[in-house]
Order: sequence, then C-alpha cells, then structure tokens
Amino acid sequence: MGILIYAESENGKFKKCALELASYGRAIANQLGVELIAASFNHSEYQTLGTYGVERVIQISDPKLEKFTAERYAANLASVVKENGVKLVLLSSSANAKYLAPLLAVSISAGYASNVVGLPESMDPLSIKRSCFTNKAFNTCVLDNELNIISLSNNSFGLKEEPKEIISETKSDVSSETNFVLEKVERASGQITIADAEIVVSGGRGLKGPENWHLIEDLASTLGAATACSKPVSDMGWRPHSEHVGQTGKPVASNLYIAIGVSGAIQHLAGINSSKVKLVINIDPEAPFFKAADYGVVGDAFEVVPELIEKLKAFKNS
Amino acid sequence: MKILVCISHVPDTTSKINFVDDDRAFDKNGVQFIINPNDEFGLTRAVWFQQKEQAEVTVITVGEASCEPTLRKCLAIGANRAFRINLNPTDGFQVAQQLSAHCKEENYDLIIAGRESIDYNGAMVPGMLSAHMGYNFVTNCIGLEIEGSTAKAKREIDGGIESISCELPLVIGAQKGLVEEKDLIIPNMRGIMQARQKSLTVLPPVDSQIKSTISKFEKPAPRGAVKMVDSDQIDQLIDLLHNEAKVI
Repeated sequence: MGILIYAESENGKFKKCALELASYGRAIANQLGVELIAASFNHSEYQTLGTYGVERVIQISDPKLEKFTAERYAANLASVVKENGVKLVLLSSSANAKYLAPLLAVSISAGYASNVVGLPESMDPLSIKRSCFTNKAFNTCVLDNELNIISLSNNSFGLKEEPKEIISETKSDVSSETNFVLEKVERASGQITIADAEIVVSGGRGLKGPENWHLIEDLASTLGAATACSKPVSDMGWRPHSEHVGQTGKPVASNLYIAIGVSGAIQHLAGINSSKVKLVINIDPEAPFFKAADYGVVGDAFEVVPELIEKLKAFKNS
Repeated sequence: MKILVCISHVPDTTSKINFVDDDRAFDKNGVQFIINPNDEFGLTRAVWFQQKEQAEVTVITVGEASCEPTLRKCLAIGANRAFRINLNPTDGFQVAQQLSAHCKEENYDLIIAGRESIDYNGAMVPGMLSAHMGYNFVTNCIGLEIEGSTAKAKREIDGGIESISCELPLVIGAQKGLVEEKDLIIPNMRGIMQARQKSLTVLPPVDSQIKSTISKFEKPAPRGAVKMVDSDQIDQLIDLLHNEAKVI
C-alpha cells in the first residue's frame, strides 16, 4: 500500500499547501512504513517535493490538462490510485482540491473526510479529527474502508523538511472528452489570497465606509497580508463578497488575523476560529471580539492603524 | 426545465453548539433550525428561474419528520413541491446515494445543493451526487445563466473567478454570490398559506452504504485571556507580535 498526495502547483511552483501535504503525508508514511507518492499535473520540477519527504512523483502531462478541471484531474488521480495500490489519498483544502475530492471518492469508492486538522488518532480503522459546525467544534471521524481520502485544513500541520531520494515517472492523460469548457479564468495578479495568506487584515463597519479601506490595504501591504471583511461590509457592497470571512463566507486559518472595527458576531468568530493568533482593534471596549482575541487594543482605528503602519514599516526596516 | 434543490436542515447561525450523550450527539435542545444558508442561495436562484422561465422547482431533504417545517418554508419561498427521504443519515456518502436514487427517476435538468452545510461542513454531497449521476458539476458557484440546454456558470476560485460553459444536466454547489443576501425571499402570508396546500411526499430510503461515522464531538479548548495593549503603546504591540506570538 502507499499514500498519494495531489501536489498542486501554480505558475510553475508547488503551492505551499502541496508542501504542507507532503510533510503531513511523510509523517503518516513513517508511522506505517509505506511509500509516499505525489501526483502532479504539467509540472516538471519535482525535487522540492523530495525535500518534504516524497519518494516518487508521477507527472501527468497533456495540453488538455493545462488548466484545472475537476473531472479530468479526478479521473487521472483515480487511475494513479488504482495502478499504484494506494490506500490513502491526501488533498489540501484549496478550492480546486475540495472540488475534485467528492468526484474522486465516488470513482474509487473511497471514504472521504474534509477539514482534517491533525494526524490520524488511529490507523486501523482510520480515525481523524476534523472541524465541524464551521469551526465552532470538532468531531472524530472513523473511516473504516479499504480506501480513504483526507483533505487537510490549510496551515493546520505546517511545513516539515525530511529530505528523501525522489524518483520521477511520467504518465499520460486518461480523462475522457466532455462538453465542459473552461472559457475564462480571471485572477487578480499580485494579490495574496485569503486561502494562502499567513496574515489576514480584516475590516468591519467600524471603518465607516469603503473610502477608508486604504487603512486596511496599507496595513495588509506592509505585512504582506490578504485583505478581508465582515459580512455587513460585503452585504452593503463596500467590498466584494470574495473578501467576506465568516460562517457563510470564507474560512480563515492564517497565523495572524487582525480585525479592525469588527464587533465579532458569533458567525464571524466561527469563520476565523482556526487562525492561530488574533489581534483586535476596536473603539468599543465591550466589543465581543475581545473575548475571542489574543491581543486587543481599544482605540480609534483612524488613529491606531496609521501609527501601526508607520511603526511596522520602521520595524521591518530595522 | 426541471430543477431540484437539495436542502439541509441545520442549526441557526447564531446557535451555541453543545453536545450530549457522552459527546456523541449534537444537543438540539433550544436550537432553532433553518434552511442551510448555501442551499437558500441556491433555492432563491431556482425560484428566479421559475418566475422568469417557468421552471418547475422541487426541493428534497434526507431526514426525519422534524425537518418538515424547513421544507414547508422552502415551499412558502416558492418551490412547487417537496420530497423527504425518510432516513436520519449518517454521512454525506449516504445522503448522495439516497438523492441519486430519486434523481434517476425524475431526470432533473439542474440540481442545486449548497456547496457545504454549515453543520458538518462535509462539502461532498453535490460533487458525489454529480458523480453518481454522471452529470456536469460546478461548485462554489457564484453565477448561473441557462440558455436552452447550455449553462454558463461562474466559479469562485482562490483569488479569482472562472467562467464555464457546459451542457445540462448540471449539478451546482451553491454559495453566496449566486444571489445576494438582499435577494433572499422572506415568505409572505400568501406564500405560507399556499405552502400548506403544496405536496410534500415522504419517500422510503433505498439501500445505501455508509463510509464514515462520528465517534466523538468536542469543543475548542478554552483560550487564554486577551492581552490588552494601550493604544499609545504600539511599540509594545509590535514587540508582542514579534517576540511572543512570533507571527510577524
């Protein structure tokens, strides 16, 4: 048996979630004494995966796979699983990985658990902890099947180097023709996404209007952070809803989450609960968010944030 | 056009989450249940197709009789008819199998399910249903237009948007953006009265497999007290973030 990771890449580089997945897979492979295999699409550089513990990479190349399509990618991963006696497939929590996971699960008749937050508690049967109730709780999920798929919450395991000799194989596309056409992909260039960000800076109604968002953007660019907002802010159209974090928006699992002028409604707190450190800046000392924060500053955002930006710039330069 | 919207009956977003039965079951005591928000965005879009293009909108849930008020609410919002598959499901794999048995008899053109439920967050039912049916699938769907038998859909990706064209039948995983919050329909008295007359059919479950079980629930560990920093001590704040939290 072996463990397979789907190693996602972007612009010719493996994504951080792919390396985190390799680190996670290496830890499980060590426990079981089995091989750690990676599958990648249209990507020729593979040594990086070896640094994080992958022993064999299967490179699937075809012009038809240039752009991600869930059905084609799932069909190829299913074929890798069958040809290599894989018993456990590891996926990240990227939008694409979670898109193809259920398709792959049906096609190889595997059990599937998403939002997994740590190493298995037992291997036989496979038992893992995952978040549920939108980060308000966890459950232990038992997957008593021949074949299983786990999708790991981003930033929940971290990167751990464990270099291995890595070999590479190529494989041709096995997916069949469909009427599914990817017409256009629009991606804001140079912008850090909430999913990949180490730091997220988020603004709420306390900022009084979209014209004040330069405060959030300046702080974010100083820190190399992604920008986000609360639900009322996106509902009022101050910011696009792709920035809305919370129970019905995006989940955040960054190392640092900075909330400015966000009161901290229970739905918002649920969405950002997986972030490791939370800093809250709010003029209202009674804002419920302070109870869920690690660090708090009571003060006027229009005074505190510019000063914070200045001092952070000085700190970065020192 | 025949549209099916799959509905999950979930605790209200403001609910306090607690567990009973030795942390093996969710405590429903005093909890309000609602239409899963991602499903409601999908239902609202379906009702739009019904009003503009005479689509027929069916809603379905896999659950016990206690889910029926949620289905009635869907009927009050505008769905034409409802089904309830009489089974308290164990996992998403099982839900997808139950739904696909129904879909194989009905030949829907468009099947909408929330991209994930806000209780178990499995994010698997719409995708698994599409795989069982052999239909096209678009999740995280933030835009959908139908022209004849062709669907134009938009998918939210990490940091951008994808535009897709494909043939019906199609399964979509709905989310906010497919319609906006202000487009959600609050049932009026007429809708509520009409909903009582609409058909709600209970179906027996078919044989299905279970791939996962929950052995235990737990709540996040209580966190330490917040460390307050004076607003004129920003240097101290930066020092704490750098040296103590080690996040900058």
